[in-house]
Amino acid sequence: MRFGVLQFPGSCDERDALQACERVGAARMLWHEDTDLSGIDAVVIPGGFSYGDYLRAGAIARFSPAMGAVAEFAAAGGPVLGICNGFQVLCEAGLLPGALLPNESVRFLCRQVELVVENANTPFTRACDPGERLSVPVKHMSGRYFAPDGMLEDLEAGGQVVLRYAPGHNPNGSVRDIAGVCNEDGNVMGLMPHPEHAVDPLTGSADGLRLFASPALQPAAA
Amino acid sequence: MKATVLIRPKEGILDPQGKAVERALPALGFSGVSAVRVGRMVELEVEDPSALPSLCEKLLANPLIEDYEIQPLPDQG
Repeated sequence: MRFGVLQFPGSCDERDALQACERVGAARMLWHEDTDLSGIDAVVIPGGFSYGDYLRAGAIARFSPAMGAVAEFAAAGGPVLGICNGFQVLCEAGLLPGALLPNESVRFLCRQVELVVENANTPFTRACDPGERLSVPVKHMSGRYFAPDGMLEDLEAGGQVVLRYAPGHNPNGSVRDIAGVCNEDGNVMGLMPHPEHAVDPLTGSADGLRLFASPALQPAAA
Repeated sequence: MKATVLIRPKEGILDPQGKAVERALPALGFSGVSAVRVGRMVELEVEDPSALPSLCEKLLANPLIEDYEIQPLPDQG
């Protein structure tokens, strides 16, 4: 299993993401100008402030050359995980449904939250049990998940709501406590919390590692 | 052509920035201000004005959460 961690100018969590991937497989960094994903089995788009968050978080990053390659990789069924800014980029790129709005509190949030695994049958959650709780930190300014009502119904019906904030843990006003969603095929997933910051008991929780361990459980991508 | 593009949070979407501004006003002695919404304004010059709507949909605004309005500006001879 070889992960590619896609770094944009302004990314800041790529080292932790790389380190998390290396705990369960091989990993290398990808630069935003790279268009060659050969040899990569799963792509991780890490958190940060790609292109300074200009205009809207993720709005500029979606036009980078690497994102064209990521879209093709995803269309071919390759697993793609977007964390925080990576989630925002995937939504802006139309690879995931919905959008991320500024936190209800208008404040930057940094705290540990509890998540509930709603769908344990995606490439990123199959190391988890349905209903399992994960303790993972959030740190973001625009993490309020939003989708119009009709889209929400489709997401719920299709099992695309993968992670929810546990009752009382919704930090940002996300609709229906949604913390992470996937695309219709389930191979592209995004979440606002940071599993890559929760991979060692030294930092309080190693629960995040389960999301990285999951892709390694599946047969290598064709 | 010169144009101004106004981008607003869609109606019905909570705008916490607007709320924060609204709550700050009474503290400064401005009363009777309500329904504050904060958006963005983009000024630009474009060779082909017919490209503007698509440019707005694809980049300047996110149509899922924002409305946009294109206002042509008179060219200053």
